[in-house]
Amino acid sequence: MNPRISLAGVAKRFGARTVLRDVSLEVAAGESLVIIGGSGTGKSVMLKSILGLLRIDGGDILIDGASVRGLRGGALARHQARFGMLFQGGALFDSLPVWANVAFAVPGRSADRRAAAIDNLARVGLGAEVADLRPAELSGGMQKRVALARAIAVRPAILFFDEPTTGLDPIMADIINSLIRRLVSEDEITAITITHDMTSARKIADRVAMLYQGEIIWQGPVAAIDRSGNPFVDQFVAGRAEGPIAMAVRRA
Amino acid sequence: MTAIVEAVAHALIAIGAVVLGVFGSIGRLAGFAVVALRRMVTPPFYPLRLAEQMLVIGWFSLPVVGLTALFTGSALAQQIFIGGSRFNAASTVPAVTVIGIVRELGPVLGGLMVAGRVASAMAAEIGTMRVTEQIDALATLRTDPFRYLVAPRLLAAVLTLPLLVLVSNALGVMGGWLLATFRLGFNSSAYLATTVRYLKADDIVSSLVKAAVFGFIIALMGCFHGYYSQGGAAGVGRATTNAVVSAFILILLSNLVITVVVFGS
Repeated sequence: MNPRISLAGVAKRFGARTVLRDVSLEVAAGESLVIIGGSGTGKSVMLKSILGLLRIDGGDILIDGASVRGLRGGALARHQARFGMLFQGGALFDSLPVWANVAFAVPGRSADRRAAAIDNLARVGLGAEVADLRPAELSGGMQKRVALARAIAVRPAILFFDEPTTGLDPIMADIINSLIRRLVSEDEITAITITHDMTSARKIADRVAMLYQGEIIWQGPVAAIDRSGNPFVDQFVAGRAEGPIAMAVRRA
Repeated sequence: MTAIVEAVAHALIAIGAVVLGVFGSIGRLAGFAVVALRRMVTPPFYPLRLAEQMLVIGWFSLPVVGLTALFTGSALAQQIFIGGSRFNAASTVPAVTVIGIVRELGPVLGGLMVAGRVASAMAAEIGTMRVTEQIDALATLRTDPFRYLVAPRLLAAVLTLPLLVLVSNALGVMGGWLLATFRLGFNSSAYLATTVRYLKADDIVSSLVKAAVFGFIIALMGCFHGYYSQGGAAGVGRATTNAVVSAFILILLSNLVITVVVFGS
C-alpha cells in the first residue's frame, strides 16, 4: 500500500543556504509522526514544502502517490484543501471574532457556520462563551485551542502541528497533547508534528524522526527513542549541552 | 596591478548585484501586479471585503483629502493673485485656480494624502499577517490570499480614488472662491461664472483617470511591500516605509507621464 505522505530526496535552498539537503520520509495513513530537531534545522520548511507553500529545489513529495511538484492554481488549492495546520503562533485572524476564525473555511450560511464553529470549539474543550471574543482577548493556551479547532473544522485528512506546545505551561501543554492524540486516534487523521518538546513527542507520536542539518538522521517507533543508538538523538532526547550536535546560530 | 584588477572586479560585481536586484524587484512587482489583476476580475469575489476597503480608503480619507484641497485651493488663489498683480492679470485667479486644482493639485495631493494614509496601513496589516503566518494560514483554509487580501484592496482603491478626487476638486475650487471673495474682493457670481467657463470636460476626465491610476499604484505598493515583508517587526516597519515612498514616487512619475500624454500636444 502506498504511504499517504512520501518525501524522496527533498532539497530546499534559500539563496546560497541549503536548508533541506536530502530528506526522505514516509508517513502511513492514520499514523502520527513527530519530527524532532533543533532550531534552524528546517522542520517548518519541510512542512511548508509539503503544503506547497514553498517550492522545493530537488527530489519529490507525493501525497497518496501524486506529486506536489509544479502544482499551481486550482490544482495547488485542491492539494492544500486536504490539509489542516496548527501554526506555531496560532495565526488567528485578529480582525475576526473567534467563531469566524474557526468557521473560516466552512461553507454555508452565517448561522450554520457559527453553529459549526461552536461544535468545533467544544471538541477542543472551549465553551460557546468564547465565540464572540477577539483572539487578542484570549490567553496563549486558549488561542492554541481555537487554532486547533480551526484546523479540524473542515475535517482534513492530514493535520500538521508546528510546535503545538511552545510557550504553554505544562498543564496546558498536556491538554493540547491529549487533544492532538485523541483527534489522531478517533478521526484516523494522518499527522505530522514538529516539536522540541520530548514530553509532547512521547505523547503524540506513533513514530519519531530526527532532522539534523537538512537530513533525516534517524527514524523509528516512539518506544525506541531511548535506545536509538544514535548519539545525535541521544543528546537531543537527553537535552545535554555536550555532544555531537553543534547548535545552529542562524534561523532556517 | 593585481590589486587594481581586483578592485575593478569587486566594483563590477557590486554594480551587477545592484542591477540584478533592481530588475529582480521590477520583475517580481510586475508578476505580482499581473496575478492581482487576474484575481481582481475572476471569481470568487469577496464583496464584503470590497465594501469594507471602500469604506476604509474612501470614506475615512475624506477629511484629510478634503481639508488638504480646501487649504491648497485658498493658498493657490492667493499666490495667483499676488503673481498676476505684477503684470495686471489678477483677474485670472478663478481660471488658473480651477485649472490648477482639477488638472494637477486635486488628484496629485489627494493621491499623496491617501498614499500616506492607506499604503502604509495596507503594508502594515498585510506585513503583520505575513510575519505571523496568517497568510500561510489562509492558503491552508481554502482561501487564495490574492483574492482575499489583494484584489479587494486594488479594486476598492481604483473605484474610490476618482470619487475622492471629485470631492477634492470641488473643495479646492471652493477654497479659492472663499479666499477670493472674502479677502481679495472678487465678485462671488462672477468668480463662479469664470470658473465654470474655463473648466473643460477634458480637465475632469484627466483628473479622474489620474485618480484611478494613483489608486491602483497606492494599493499595489501597499499590498506588494506588505506581502513580501520579512524579518519581524523591523521588516514590517521597512515594508511600510517602502510602500509609502514608492507610492509617492510612482504617483508623481505617472502624473508627469499622463500630463505629458494628455496635455503635451
